[in-house]
Amino acid sequence: MLAHEMAFASSHITAFAVEATEFPDLARRYRVSAVPKTIVNEELEILGALPEPAFIDQALGSAPPTPESDE
Amino acid sequence: MSLISPADQERLREEFAKMTRPVRLLFFTQTLGCETCHITQQVLHELPPLSDQISIEEVNFVLEGDKAAQYGVDRVPAIAVAYVDGDEVKDTRIRFLGTPAGYEFISLIRAVLLAGRGRPPDLSEAALTRVAAVATPTTMHVFTTPT
Repeated sequence: MLAHEMAFASSHITAFAVEATEFPDLARRYRVSAVPKTIVNEELEILGALPEPAFIDQALGSAPPTPESDE
Repeated sequence: MSLISPADQERLREEFAKMTRPVRLLFFTQTLGCETCHITQQVLHELPPLSDQISIEEVNFVLEGDKAAQYGVDRVPAIAVAYVDGDEVKDTRIRFLGTPAGYEFISLIRAVLLAGRGRPPDLSEAALTRVAAVATPTTMHVFTTPT
C-alpha cells in the first residue's frame, strides 16, 4: 500500500489501512461511499487508486518548482 | 486448521526468509465489545509459525491505554507494525484498523516484509525525495474493503 510505503519512508507520516465495513462510524465521518478512499490529515480526500506520482501530488500537494541550475 | 493454504504458507515462508531483522506486530485488542478481535488474533497467529523473525505482542486496549495512545490507536482491532533493532522497538508508523483479511492481508504481508528487510521502500526516487521533505505530522487513513 502506497500510504504505508510513505509512512515507512518518513518519520512524520503515519498511515492507517482502515477496513471500512468494520468501522461504519469512521466511514460515515469521512463520507466513504466507494473504496479505496484516502483521507489526509482528516480533511483532504483522494478518491480511487492512483498511480504513484498522482497520489503523492494529491497527498502532499504539487511538487515544488525545481530550482534552475543556472549559477 | 490454518486459515492459509499449505501452498501459500510455503510461499510466505520463502518471502519471510529474506528478512534481515525481527518484526514485531503490536496487536491492540480487548475481550469484550469487539466483534472482530478474535478473528484478527487468529489471522495474526498464522504468521509467527512461518518465520522466527515475526512475533506478536498483544496489547490490552483497555488496560494499556498509554501504549494505545503512544501508537495513535483509538479503536480495536488494530495492528501497529514495528521492527526490533538491538534492544529497541522501532515504529514504522504503519497501522491497520480492522481484520486484515482479503486485500488487507496482502497489505499486511507487504508491511511485514517492508519492516523486516530494512531497505528503502518501493517508491521511485522522485517520490522518496517528496516524502523526505515532509516536515509536519501527516496522518493518512486509507479506507478499503476485504474484497
